[in-house]
Amino acid sequence: MKAQASAEQQTAAKTGADLLVEAMIAQGVETLFGYPGGAVLPIYDAIYRAEGSFDHILPRHEQGAIHAAEGYARVSGKAGVVIGTSGPGATNLVTGIADAMMDSIPLVIFTGQVAKGVIGTDAFQESDIMGITTPITKHNYQVQEIEDLPRIVNEAFHIATTGRPGPVVVDIPKDISSTVHEKQVDSEFHLPGYQPTVKPNPLQINKLHDALVEAKKPVVLSGSGVIHAGASEELKTFVQNYQLPVTTTLLGLGSYPGSCDLSLGMAGMHGTYSANTALYECDLLINIGSRFDDRLTGNLKHFAPNATIAHIDIDPAEIGKNIPTQIPIVSDARAALVSLNEKPVKGLDHKGWMEAISQNKVDYPLWHDLPEEAIVPQWLMQKVYEYTDGKAVVTTDVGQHQMWAAQYYHFDRPNRWVTSGGLGTMGYGFPAAIGAQLADMDSTCVAVVGDGGFQMTMQELSVLQERKLPVKVLIVNNQALGMVRQWQETFYSERYSESIIDVQPDFVKLAESYQIAGYKMETQEELLEVLPEVLADDQPAVIDCRVLQKENVYPMIAPGKGLHEMIGVKR
Amino acid sequence: MRRIVTATVHNRSGVLNRVTGLLAKRQFNIESISVGRTETEGVSKMTFVVEVEDDRKLEQLTKQLNKQIEVLKVSDITDKAIVARELAMVKVISNPQIRSEIQGIIEPFRASIIDVSKESVTVQVTGKSDKVDALIDLLRPYGIKELARTGLTAFTRGHQPQVAEFKSYSLLK
Ligand SMILES: Cc1ncc(C[n+]2csc(CCOP(=O)(O)OP(=O)(O)O)c2C)c(N)n1
Ligand SMILES: [Mg+2]
Repeated sequence: MKAQASAEQQTAAKTGADLLVEAMIAQGVETLFGYPGGAVLPIYDAIYRAEGSFDHILPRHEQGAIHAAEGYARVSGKAGVVIGTSGPGATNLVTGIADAMMDSIPLVIFTGQVAKGVIGTDAFQESDIMGITTPITKHNYQVQEIEDLPRIVNEAFHIATTGRPGPVVVDIPKDISSTVHEKQVDSEFHLPGYQPTVKPNPLQINKLHDALVEAKKPVVLSGSGVIHAGASEELKTFVQNYQLPVTTTLLGLGSYPGSCDLSLGMAGMHGTYSANTALYECDLLINIGSRFDDRLTGNLKHFAPNATIAHIDIDPAEIGKNIPTQIPIVSDARAALVSLNEKPVKGLDHKGWMEAISQNKVDYPLWHDLPEEAIVPQWLMQKVYEYTDGKAVVTTDVGQHQMWAAQYYHFDRPNRWVTSGGLGTMGYGFPAAIGAQLADMDSTCVAVVGDGGFQMTMQELSVLQERKLPVKVLIVNNQALGMVRQWQETFYSERYSESIIDVQPDFVKLAESYQIAGYKMETQEELLEVLPEVLADDQPAVIDCRVLQKENVYPMIAPGKGLHEMIGVKR
Repeated sequence: MRRIVTATVHNRSGVLNRVTGLLAKRQFNIESISVGRTETEGVSKMTFVVEVEDDRKLEQLTKQLNKQIEVLKVSDITDKAIVARELAMVKVISNPQIRSEIQGIIEPFRASIIDVSKESVTVQVTGKSDKVDALIDLLRPYGIKELARTGLTAFTRGHQPQVAEFKSYSLLK
């Protein structure tokens, strides 16, 4: 009897949308970020009927949904799941999809589509989202048959989260999600064209080990591949074993403890002198999970000119793409580090190198002015670090404040730093904080945003209000598109074209209109008084922190220049 | 340098768009692409003739192609022993008087006339790309009204000689 009942249940009539919901539950999806509309009505109906299965977050713009999903993915390590309707719903997601592609963020995005019969007729709210997203997704699907749906959902999660992670779009025509289907469907998949290499070639590991024990000036460059692979512990062991200096990329912050002695901080355009100099002078560069982005390397001609390059990456296409590589290792970062750590440890002959590096750290630290009263952003970041004990989840928008946060907040753990690196998407920081907070309700989550970028997605304050999410929005308010202003100052003879914006909303009143506490701080004294408490409580807050407009991010490698041509190293 | 690269792909909708879009996005210079089904159901083969600057660019090309989920296998077969063919149809202006002259020209190429009208003949030629080029050059003085080429398709020969045997011999110079 029992067997019969379950067999009946299995073949009970279900819509495509029900199959989708079931598949998501089977994938362990708990949180959805989405926005309804005509083409996803059947999906929203199925979500309604599956009451209690998901926590559905409704942003006020689809861009908010997808950045929130990215923040969620960064902090939780799981795929972020997004739903948008056809046409404008889907196109509003495009920036976030491109962002996730650049930064290897695992996302599964379900878009509604007009019914199959009218695809290609310019139907109401039809857009060719397959065509639009093909170049900015790891993979995309348009579901053609209802039987394929569960399998495609499983493939999408598999592809998004394995190998080098990335966004996968699943476009679902409305007739597929609304059609009732009675047959049992198969959700098994086989992807012969997708078999990422996760284990390193032992010969290549030997080669790297040989190079390492010979090296006089080794340095490790750690990228977000280390974070994706969950390899921070293995990295620590490796680095400790050989006493190696470590620098990270912007996205790699937290992959190795930033406050540790062997850490040189971030490298690249606004990296530290010691990090960039180590990259310039090294004789062995061990890149683990970074893609040698141009903001890191500067002029390729002057990048690690005397070094043997070893590059560990799960994506073979990244190896040799920008920098000729003598020791390529296609592998998951963790697997490679485990293999390396199995090799006999030998003390290196690199005392002189380590001393020079330490001396650089002492002689050329990050610097900034500290006026009497006014708040400078670098000092602000140090205070945030101090008051949150270095333990917060920090998200940022894009601009000067992002670089200051990267320079002054030392992340000791992975998955605490949420920023838009490759695409540099303004409007990212605040919605990303919503997702980040949802992924870790126990931590303080600070969204460090610019006055410019916050205004691109600040409508998501509604979500804080609705969910009582204790995100602290810290507006580093220089009344300017600061990074643009800095470049205009430096490279365009101070012609501040469209970058000084002194007309702004009253951010305190804005917050209050969402029933969120708003604070304004203009002096150091005010900050010292207000900030510790605001950061410590469990309520959402918007903090309008007025900072000196003319501060610049230093040091800097100007575009086209090499690692050894930094400006602003000393005041 | 000019290379012949083949890719076997899962024949899903959008795969051609994905592959050509990828090549365009990464600024690869494609001379021709041909696509068709293979002996295996659901699997197609693409043959690209590409112009690349150097080995690094070529490596990127094959790696980027390989990265696509539907792409099953990518091979650069330029330096292998291969059979490579292209088909071209050339509509040449001709009156009955010069038709036999054209016939004489195309014969050594083992090309054939597949359509005749009062003012023109259409010649079909199959072979390596340089052979096709050569015939087109010879027909050009008569006036070419229309020209269509399929692009090269190729695969490796059943027997692959040792490297030394064919070092000096390349199908595409
Ligand atoms: C969507 C988008 N548009 C434009 C830019 C170019 N851009 C980079 S930084 C920046 C200024 C950001 O200003 P703000 O948010 O106030 O941050 P600040 O630099 O002042 O800290 C701009 C306009 C961008 N990165 N993203
Ligand atoms: Mg600003």
